[in-house]
Amino acid sequence: MPELAIEAASLVKTFGDVRAVDGVDLAVRAGGVYGFLGPNGAGKTTTIRMLATLLQPDGGTARVLGHDIVTEGAQVRRRVSLTGQFASVDEDLTGTENLVLLARLLGRSRPRAKARAGELLEAFGLADAADRQVKTFSGGMRRRLDIAASLVVTPDLIFLDEPTTGLDPRSRNQVWAIIRALVAEGTTVLLTTQYLDEADQLADRIAVIDRGRVIAEGTSSDLKAQVGGGSLRVRLRDAAQREEARGLLARALDVPVQAEPDLVALSATVADGEVVAHALAELARSGVGVIDFAFGQPSLDEVFLALTGRPAEETGEKTAEDAA
Amino acid sequence: MTSTTARQDLAEEDVRSTLSSDERAEPVTALSASLTFGWRALLKIKHVPEQLFDVTMFPIMFLLLFTYIFGGALAGSTREYLQFVLPGIHVMTITMITMYTGMALNTDITKGVFDRFRSLPIWQPSVLVGALLGDALRYTLASTIIILLGVALGFRPAGGVLGVLLAIALLLVFCFSLSWLWTCFGLRMRTPESVMYLSMTVLFPLTFTSNILVDPATMPSWLQVVVRVNPISHLVTAVRGLMAGMVTTGEIMVVLAMSAALVAVFGPLTMHRYRNLR
Repeated sequence: MPELAIEAASLVKTFGDVRAVDGVDLAVRAGGVYGFLGPNGAGKTTTIRMLATLLQPDGGTARVLGHDIVTEGAQVRRRVSLTGQFASVDEDLTGTENLVLLARLLGRSRPRAKARAGELLEAFGLADAADRQVKTFSGGMRRRLDIAASLVVTPDLIFLDEPTTGLDPRSRNQVWAIIRALVAEGTTVLLTTQYLDEADQLADRIAVIDRGRVIAEGTSSDLKAQVGGGSLRVRLRDAAQREEARGLLARALDVPVQAEPDLVALSATVADGEVVAHALAELARSGVGVIDFAFGQPSLDEVFLALTGRPAEETGEKTAEDAA
Repeated sequence: MTSTTARQDLAEEDVRSTLSSDERAEPVTALSASLTFGWRALLKIKHVPEQLFDVTMFPIMFLLLFTYIFGGALAGSTREYLQFVLPGIHVMTITMITMYTGMALNTDITKGVFDRFRSLPIWQPSVLVGALLGDALRYTLASTIIILLGVALGFRPAGGVLGVLLAIALLLVFCFSLSWLWTCFGLRMRTPESVMYLSMTVLFPLTFTSNILVDPATMPSWLQVVVRVNPISHLVTAVRGLMAGMVTTGEIMVVLAMSAALVAVFGPLTMHRYRNLR
């Protein structure tokens, strides 16, 4: 396998006037999980669809597992799998029928296709539902079947487009377990997500995508370091003391301190952990009662805010993905 | 709930063991991929048998209506008219039913499963060819109903069993080819309804300005010209000829040439669109 699973240079895709993907460069090493993080409409899905040869790029080039996505689409398709944002399984068919269909299309004889389907359904906890139509499946079951369908033949690279969107926590954990198993067996996973904690938990490296561009790239810690330090949050016993505490903290930490919507809470982004202890001691000395404090690395939420100037939840630019 | 929960849960090790246990994709031939998608169409009929409603009700309705409403007035007796009109009704019914191909595809295509099909290392048109093979089965069912009902009402084809079978075969070839026009619409239009309206706009004038229901000799001369160039008229002439046992090679060749032309034009147009779906 080439060292780089995905190499993209200046990928562009436009839908009418909307530049859904506006010059994306990528270098994704083989092995592990690579995360695409961004709000709705950032261009994540469009990028993945181009890499999986479902869409022709309007500009730029990309190689997937060493093959050009435009001129060598067939070779790319032979070695990658895609699990789309909407269940890519046939709702009218049963779980078994879906997997047998795909196994047959991938060159398995009928008995071997059936055996493979049974094996996958068993491993993915779907054996009981094997002969039910997929439309009767719960969201989590559907998603697992969908991923199982991508693994009828173990791919070298799998694209998972928002695999946990809309799932309950237990189903989400199951999908995470599947992703870890995939990585352990050597498949490269490219995962898109809107959930910052998901990228944080699973991805070795993350590309933050916004308005069709990669605005930051690196490990989760790299990204956090870009924001600078960690965040301190303090809750006071008495709301009346908040202004006094705010002044004390601002002097001790030498950074701006924000008053939070919670009337007894204050927060600040701090570059150096050592001054935090000092600042808290300062509060105690001045008789300001602290009932709770937390100091940690910034969340990816804060990273996103720092990088784009707006929170990640904001879905201002829905148009691009809708058009897709 | 606990017992099923335990069985439905999933262990990372189980997933891992399924990953190493199977090897690579083997390339499948275009034919075998198409037949596999044909099997998908059969499964869909099995799970959603309502989709056979049109192929069973249309033939019965059309044949009874036209035979008994027009029969006496046009040919003196319904039995005599049936000999003339049955091949025409056969063609009309099946060509009308073909337009559901485009509607079904338009609905199907919006579902995520097409993304998966398109990302597979297979001959890409096989998805559509397979769907059309499934449709061919529906047309065969509709044809069987028309012929059997016709025979029960007094239809006695001079071409015999062989003539009727060849007529059905020729009609299936034409409908398979015509379907590429609908797949083309199906991929280009936004909603199944708009696919249906467009298909009807094409089909209604074509089926009625033809020799399906009456001999064009009594029509105004300009209309006779229209009827003569109408591809459906050529199809009806050939099907009627086969059933009556007096077809010419030329009549069959015209239908085959029209079929080839339809595939040659709308096949590539459909596939171009299919490859560039958003």
